This record gives sequence, C-alpha cells and structure tokens, in this order.
Amino acid sequence: MRRKILKTFAAGLATVATLGVSGLSGAAFAQQKPVELQFYYPVAIGGPVTKIINDLVADFEKDHPNIKVKPVYAGSYQDSVVKALTAAKAGTPPQLAVLAAADVFTLIDEDAVVPIDSIANTAADKQWLDGFYPALMLNSRINGHTWGVPFQRSTIVMYWNKDAFREAGLDPEHAPANWDELVSTAQKLTKRDASGNVTQWGIKVPSVGFAYWLFQAFTTPAGIELMNAAGTKTFLNAPQAVQSLQYWVDLTTKYKVMPTGSIEWGTTPKDFLEKKAAIIYTTTGNLTNIRTNATFPFGVGKMPAKVRGGSPTGGGNFYVFKKSTPEEKQAAMTFIKWATMPERAAQFGIDTGYVAVTPAAWETPAMKQYVQKVPAAAVARDQLGVSVAEFSTHDNQRVTKALNDAIQAAVTGAKSPKQALDDAQREADRILRPYAR
Amino acid sequence: MNRTSSSRAPWLLLSPALLLLVAFTHYPAVATLWHSVFSTARAGAASVFVGVENYQLLLDDPVFWQALRNNVWFALITVPVAIALSIAMALWVHRQVPGRALLRLAYFTPAILPMIAVANIWLFFYTPQYGLIAQISQAFGWGDHNWLGQPGTALPALMVVTIWKEAGFFMIFYLAALQQISPTLAEAAALEGASRWQFFRRVQWPLLMPTTVFVVINAVINAFRLVDHVVVMTRGGPDNATQLLLYYVYQVVFSFWDTSYAAALTVVLLTLLAIVAFVKFRLLDSRTHYQ
Repeated sequence: MRRKILKTFAAGLATVATLGVSGLSGAAFAQQKPVELQFYYPVAIGGPVTKIINDLVADFEKDHPNIKVKPVYAGSYQDSVVKALTAAKAGTPPQLAVLAAADVFTLIDEDAVVPIDSIANTAADKQWLDGFYPALMLNSRINGHTWGVPFQRSTIVMYWNKDAFREAGLDPEHAPANWDELVSTAQKLTKRDASGNVTQWGIKVPSVGFAYWLFQAFTTPAGIELMNAAGTKTFLNAPQAVQSLQYWVDLTTKYKVMPTGSIEWGTTPKDFLEKKAAIIYTTTGNLTNIRTNATFPFGVGKMPAKVRGGSPTGGGNFYVFKKSTPEEKQAAMTFIKWATMPERAAQFGIDTGYVAVTPAAWETPAMKQYVQKVPAAAVARDQLGVSVAEFSTHDNQRVTKALNDAIQAAVTGAKSPKQALDDAQREADRILRPYAR
Repeated sequence: MNRTSSSRAPWLLLSPALLLLVAFTHYPAVATLWHSVFSTARAGAASVFVGVENYQLLLDDPVFWQALRNNVWFALITVPVAIALSIAMALWVHRQVPGRALLRLAYFTPAILPMIAVANIWLFFYTPQYGLIAQISQAFGWGDHNWLGQPGTALPALMVVTIWKEAGFFMIFYLAALQQISPTLAEAAALEGASRWQFFRRVQWPLLMPTTVFVVINAVINAFRLVDHVVVMTRGGPDNATQLLLYYVYQVVFSFWDTSYAAALTVVLLTLLAIVAFVKFRLLDSRTHYQ
C-alpha cells in the first residue's frame, strides 16, 4: 500500500492532496483507541461481491489500524435503505452506508444523513469531490450540497451476442446505433420455428424490477429528462416520454421482436446467456458476471440514439449518517476517500464490472491493462459523457411505483402509453404537491 | 384457602401467557389503531391527529382496492382447491398402497421447504422459453407463455404455487383425522353394502368436519398473510396484478415510510382476519360435530 501511495505521489495526480490528508489524519488518530464504524452495503449484481467488500475492508484496516470497519451485508438496494432507515429511526443507524444514489431525497427528507461537504470541507476535499465524473454527481448535488460519494455506479448498456449477429448475416462488430437500426437488427435476430414459436428473441428490455430506469434508456435518447434537479416535478407524460414508451411497446406489438408481457430484471442476463435473447439491456455491473459465464463472444454497446445518445446513471453512493460522533464522521470520510482513490476504484471496477468512478482510476496501469483485454469495460465510461441523472424525486419510492406501474400497464397492453403516463403524471403531481411549494 | 387468594391464583397462573399475549398481540393491535388516526411524522412536520383521513385516503386508493380484490379471489380459489386436493391425497395415502411412506413424504415435502426457496423454484418453472413449463409445452408444440409477466395469468400462477404448498400441509391433518376414525365404521359400512363414495360422503366427511373447520380458517388466514411469494416472484407486478394486502402494507411502510397510512391498512387487514375468526367460533363450530 505504502509503495502504491508513493507511486501516486510520483505520478503527481490530482489525488495527492487527498491521500496526504488521509495519511495525516491516520497518524493523528494513531494514539487513540480505534474508532468503530458500522458499514451497510447492498448487493445488486451477480458475483462474489460480499467477499470483494470484506477484502476491501480488511485492506483498509491494515492501512488504518485505528479504525475498525464492520461491513454488514444488507440485501438489495431496497432492503438496504429499509434497514438503514429503520435503524436510524430506532436511534442506532450505521455510521456509513452504500445506498442507491436515487434514494438521496428520501435520506434527506428523513433527516438521516449529513452532506459530505459538511465534514470534508477543505480545499483538498473540494478538489477530491470534483475528481469524480460529473454525470455520477448528478444524483449527489442537491441544494448546493454534496450528499453522496459515487462508489458502485453503473449505466445501462446493451449486450449483444456476436454469434447470433453472424448467423443473421449482420456485422458482429457493429451494434445498432439508433432506434430504427435497433428494430431492423432485432427483426433479423428474432428466430421462429416451424410452428411460429420464437426460439430466440431479438431483444429483451426488463420491465419488472427497475422499469423506470430502463424507461430512461429510451427517454434519454429521445431527449427528455423525467424530473427536475430539485426532485419536485416530473415530466412523465411529455410528448417525448410518450414516444419513448410507444417505441418500447412497439418492440413487442408492432415489430414483434420482444416477448409480450413484462420481463423480469433478474432473469434477463440468464436469457442472454441461454441464447434466448440476442440483445439485452441491463447494467454494466453485470459485465463480470456475463463475461465469466458467456459461452459465445459478445459485445457491449451504448444506448441506441434517437435525437441523441445516452443512458441514466445508476447504482450506489456512500452516505454518512447524521447520528455519528465527529470522530466517527472523520473516520467514515477516511474510509470513503481511501475506497475511492484511483487504484481502489480501478480494482473494484475490474472485480465487479461497475464503472470506476474517477477519470484518475482509468489512468492507473491496472485499469489500462484491463481495458486492453476487455474493451467492453470502457463502454460505460464513454457513455458517462452523455449520461443523465437517475430518476429520483422526493417521496421517491412512491413516485417511482406510479411510473413502474404505468410502464407495466403499457407493456402488458392494459393501457395505451399515453393513458398510462397521463395517469402516472397525475399521481406524481399529487404525491409531490407538498414538496413543490 | 380464603376467598381472595383463590380468586387470585388463576390470574397468577395465567399471568405469563397473559403478559406475552398483551405485549405481542393486544398492545400492537391497539397501537396500530391509535397510529392510524394520526398523520405520519416527516422531517419537517410532526405527527398530528387527523381522524379518519387515512381511511378516506384508503377508499380512494385504487391499489388498495385491487389488492383487496386480488386477495379475495386468492382466498376463494386457493382454499377450496387446496382442501379438495389434500383430502384426495390423504385418502390415497391412508390406504395400504405400495411405497406409502415415500408417497406421504413426497406430498409433505412442499410444506417443509422454505417459502423463499419454493418461490425461487417456481420462478424457474414459470420462466418463459427455457423454464420447466415452457420446455414441456414446447415439446408438445403448445408454444410459450409469459406466465408471471401477463396480468391475466400472474395471479393464477401464484395461486398454483400456494395450492401446491398448502395441500401437502393440510394432508397431514386429514391423514391424522382419518386415522382417528374407528375401523368398525368401515366394517359396518361394508356390511351394509355402502359404496366407497357413500362411505366417504356419509361417514368420513362428517367425521372430518372439525379438521375441515380448522383447515379452512388457517387457509383463509394464510391467504391474507401471503407475502413471500409475491416478493420473490412478481413484486406485486405487472401493474399491481399480483398486489396482495400484506405486501402492500409492507410497501407503504418500508418503501414509502408512510407509517400511519400503513396502520390504517393494517387495521383493515386485522378486521378481515377477525371476521374470519368470528365466523369460525360462531357459525361453523356450532354446526360441527365433534367426537
């Protein structure tokens, strides 16, 4: 570790100051008894994430013997925020947690977390916070404060089966670049047997689990953002949003390249691995999982464009909880800075498939080597340039449910896209009325 | 012993059970009722008395009505089917058939599997294209169906899982009850020349009535308490097609953090369950013949 720090110094990267500070504060704490931190984290992708986190913490404790971190696996993102908030309401929150970036308004409204810049407020800290990809900070910076630090972050990407492309007479190195191309490609990829049953679907976009997020994979290219930055207004039935949902539904009903009914988030990667879907939309966080289990060559691509490209970001941020002592808050910051330094962020990205969160991480030798071997890993990073915030508002889960229900009503044919989104917008207006004042 | 100590003794003997009952049953029920007439405290605003406002919201909440409707259908279908199946299974393994122990075990297996594991197994059965059901139906050329992904079939698909699981469990009760019936009755019926159906209809079925009452109550209560399958298999979707009351309560508390509205929902759920219990004690019991 020490050698790595020295190397970083020598390289003269922007993070020098940060590392210096964490090193110094480490020395200052050395005489006191260890600070203990509870650290909740979720697992939302395939692979041995629990082990990766435990190793990360063990490495950290080696560098900082005066801080003890107790990692607590808390389930899915949904479960984790439930546990953290329940603990906070009971008066015993963790000091530190990774929770969904989109839950930021809920955490603020419940008065559970403190702004990061209230603890990390030196010039060096400011520089450190500016070191992350701006797209990843969109769900963090609210009302002039920074509430979360990017950690396990992702975007939606398209995975495509190169063998299937070749069989269908398509260029296996070329992913569909826009909506029209996606349709024509998927039509060629949809295979039917003699009795008309589909053996391979052209494309699958999941609509159970994170329907609102996948919806953003259509609305972002269509050129509409679904909410304002303050999280008080939604634009769910804007013409571009309706057009996006219409296109999603058309993939099933008009072009017949996607199965009818809703599609499960959790089984979508499996559908791809089983060659039942030639193209899938899912998180870049599944990259390592798919890379390990795919029996065929595959490609990773950005979201096909309509009037522009782009995907929402997603995934989890570090949060520091309000009910902690100043020492605990400082110790939590030490851990967060340590976990997001370039080498760490790079290694975590390589191990899981999540996007390494700082440009500096992509400059590390380990990451450069990895990208050379797995060029697909860089797709999510390149997409960050055209990425937007994940859908997130006040009373987030309730508004999100209204949107999820609308999407499912449309893809199952219960309502027209326009009708479904009008209903969702009306519901969102009702829920957000107290916050919009 | 004087009079006071003799009246105190029963209470003393009851107190451990009574304490637990009050702490974990009566107090929470009353507290829920109490919370349901207040608003939820938010960071900005403290909790205030709102009277029946939460209940008015509930009347206007389409998701609540859908959950209630789904739940009633769920109970109306799963309970009779599971009971009929369990009786058939019990009659079958009650007789001297080869491999009887193995059959009983096979029928009972679903009941001892953890619910989450069961739901995951069935999630795989229902997966379109390569799930078990899809593979079988494709082998027969019937094509593919997205069972959990279509509003029309998602709830029935969940019902099947429940029936599969509950029938094996209820079979145990019926088997025990059948074994309690004196063999002399079967001999007498045989002497009278009764057919197997007549014997079941006139002798076994009436004697099984206490078990049936017990099983019906439990099955109905289970139907309103179901949450695990929904969480694993559909999360209430698509578009609330599999939304059930308890899962909705969970969502309102732990996703929306609207605790007082959830309290109102819980009161409704409690009332429904109380009605079920009342029906048992007042109506069914009086018409049931106990040996």
